[in-house]
Amino acid sequence: MKKEDIKVCIMRVGGTNCDAETKRAFEDLGVKAEVVHLNQIIKGKNLLNYDALVFPGGFSFGDYVRAGAIWAKGIVAKLGRDLKKFVEQEKPVLGICNGFQVLVEAGLLPGLDGTSKYPQAALATNEPIGYRCIWVHLKLENSGRCIFTQKIPKEKVLRVPIAHAEGRFMFLKEKESEYLQRLYDSDQLVFRYCNEKGEYADGRYPVNPNGAFHDIAGICSPDGKIFGLMPHPERAYYGWQLHDWTRRTRVPEYGDGRLIFESMTEYLTKKF
Amino acid sequence: MKYHARVEVSLKPGHSDPEGETTMKALSELNYPVSAVTVSKVYTLRLEASSLESARQKVDEICKRLLANPVKDNYRFEIEEAK
Repeated sequence: MKKEDIKVCIMRVGGTNCDAETKRAFEDLGVKAEVVHLNQIIKGKNLLNYDALVFPGGFSFGDYVRAGAIWAKGIVAKLGRDLKKFVEQEKPVLGICNGFQVLVEAGLLPGLDGTSKYPQAALATNEPIGYRCIWVHLKLENSGRCIFTQKIPKEKVLRVPIAHAEGRFMFLKEKESEYLQRLYDSDQLVFRYCNEKGEYADGRYPVNPNGAFHDIAGICSPDGKIFGLMPHPERAYYGWQLHDWTRRTRVPEYGDGRLIFESMTEYLTKKF
Repeated sequence: MKYHARVEVSLKPGHSDPEGETTMKALSELNYPVSAVTVSKVYTLRLEASSLESARQKVDEICKRLLANPVKDNYRFEIEEAK
């Protein structure tokens, strides 16, 4: 598939944000991207016309019940069959921030035994409590399963911002060690919070900005085609989006977030 | 038949409750002898079902599918026939 033939669906509902930044990121890479409302997709029955799906960040449905819960259950109820086919066709699905919460609430991530009826993980209230909008460092943990990180050099420490109040990744307490082992065994761990030298946060705030178990910032499905992360790569796509760009003598053209969109695009061009 | 349900969703014991802890700190600063605060969410539902048992099953499913995340939440509910 040629880059210009790729069509990405960026799904929107009331309260989503950064959909425009995500669209611009794909367009910069020469890929077509459309921001489409969930209701338009349900009405048009056209999810399968797209080659990739992105759940952007934001505060869908006002974060009522739990962040991402209402959107997730809406998708399961109204788009469940099409989404299942979409995933079976190995088309990539990316969830950023609120999108990650949606993928977890919908049972698509971690998906240890396939899509689960009830969530296998949670993105709980930040600890320390509060909405946090800061730049964090991420260490790539994946050994090659995740198709969204193929372009990232192995030892690279990425700098990307977060903006959330509910990002504390967790498993059921009694399943913590078993599920973590399974994440490692099936190469589903993608990003962990670390400092600028790449040393793990080890739960320490603010390097780990939300108290996430095992400093987990992002995970993928067992087949590596579904990926969710709390940080916002689309907010670190261009060099001028970096928080310290005015202090730099030379601003890089691109930020680290671009690597994720590049990887996704490369997968699509090679696979389809 | 119409039923009223009162569902309470709370964090599982042992899970950190930063909202509760922060509230407790504030109460201590106000000099109240409070040693623990936990925060729960209450939903009140009005629903139709053929019997009390069927209403109970429906509400249980509602909790599992939407109102609670079994990874971090406990839930309990009370149901009564609507007058």
